[in-house]
Amino acid sequence: MQKDDERLVHSRGEEFLQVFKKGAEFTQELLRENERLRFRLLELEKSQMTGEVAPAAELKKLSERIADLEQEKQEILDRIKHVEEENQDFAARYLEIEDENNNLANLYIASYQLHSTLDFKEVLQIITEIIINLIGAEEFAIMLLDEKSDELQAVSTEGIDRSEIPSFRLGKGIIGNVAQSGENHFASDFDSYQRDFSAPMVCIPLKIKDHVIGVLAIYKLLMQKKEFAAVDYELFTLLAGHAATAIFSSRLYSDSERKLSTIQGFIDLLTK
Amino acid sequence: MSDYNVLIVEDSPTMRQLIAFALKRIRGVRIVEANDGVDGLKKLSSERFDLILTDINMPIMDGLKLVSLVRNDANYKAIPIVVITTEGAQEDRERALALGANDYITKPIQPTKILDVAKNLLRIV
Repeated sequence: MQKDDERLVHSRGEEFLQVFKKGAEFTQELLRENERLRFRLLELEKSQMTGEVAPAAELKKLSERIADLEQEKQEILDRIKHVEEENQDFAARYLEIEDENNNLANLYIASYQLHSTLDFKEVLQIITEIIINLIGAEEFAIMLLDEKSDELQAVSTEGIDRSEIPSFRLGKGIIGNVAQSGENHFASDFDSYQRDFSAPMVCIPLKIKDHVIGVLAIYKLLMQKKEFAAVDYELFTLLAGHAATAIFSSRLYSDSERKLSTIQGFIDLLTK
Repeated sequence: MSDYNVLIVEDSPTMRQLIAFALKRIRGVRIVEANDGVDGLKKLSSERFDLILTDINMPIMDGLKLVSLVRNDANYKAIPIVVITTEGAQEDRERALALGANDYITKPIQPTKILDVAKNLLRIV
């Protein structure tokens, strides 16, 4: 009986021990799980923390970089705009210089041609070519002043018969006044201009310094020539001076040649 | 050795000089001048040309006759021709172009215009 009781107690003790062991194992397992979860929690907290702070800093950095680049881009765009404006200025200036260069070349060639001969007829021919080809006139007359009679007479015409052009007295009418004053005359309205030999569309005095030797009277422009450009006025100035000098020189030369020929004739007559 | 041979047919020495001055802006250009159409044809037969610029109103042979003869000659018909003239009427332009001129420039002379047309026909960029 006592043995049975001891066996029962022993069995219960064993059973309790087993339960206790299981309880201990379970407790340990809980502790490990708890530890694992705590570790996991820490990890999550840590990753959450790093996950929030790092992108914000990066974003801030990137935002600043974008702002810098935007500013840089704006500066570059401003510089490009400035350079483009400068380029446009240079291009416009280049065209102006090109035009100026062409005009100067025209003026140079015209004056060079005017002084390339001492033959009176050739000089008149060159003046005519300049007026047609460079100014664009279709009908005009070159008139010279006879200082003995104070009359202006046409010595060369283009597009008009020379006999159609009357002579004009110095100081009388538009042509006479231009010859007397030495001032250019331009009709007020080219479009409505009607040909009038005594009132040309344009009248330019041919003068050596202040001494007028004749005039150039333009009555009609080429159909494609609608108005005068700045270079035309320079050409008129050139013609006023250089054409006058060329005409005057060639006439003097022709006269001296004629006189020389006459004198030579007399000498030949006397010495024979 | 020049890159481009250009023939200027014009009776006025002043005009020839003005046209030549405008064309001399083209690098490698060589200019030959002729007084009229007959002189132009003579010069044309002596060497190869890349471009002809001609006036219309000239003594002996006018520019339109020259254009016509050049266009009907197998040896020269490919050479571009520019007419430079005082004749500004549309029918004059059409007549010259119908005869075979490649371009038509009216006077008064504008060097920039001549240069642009010449460059275009010589295919210079």
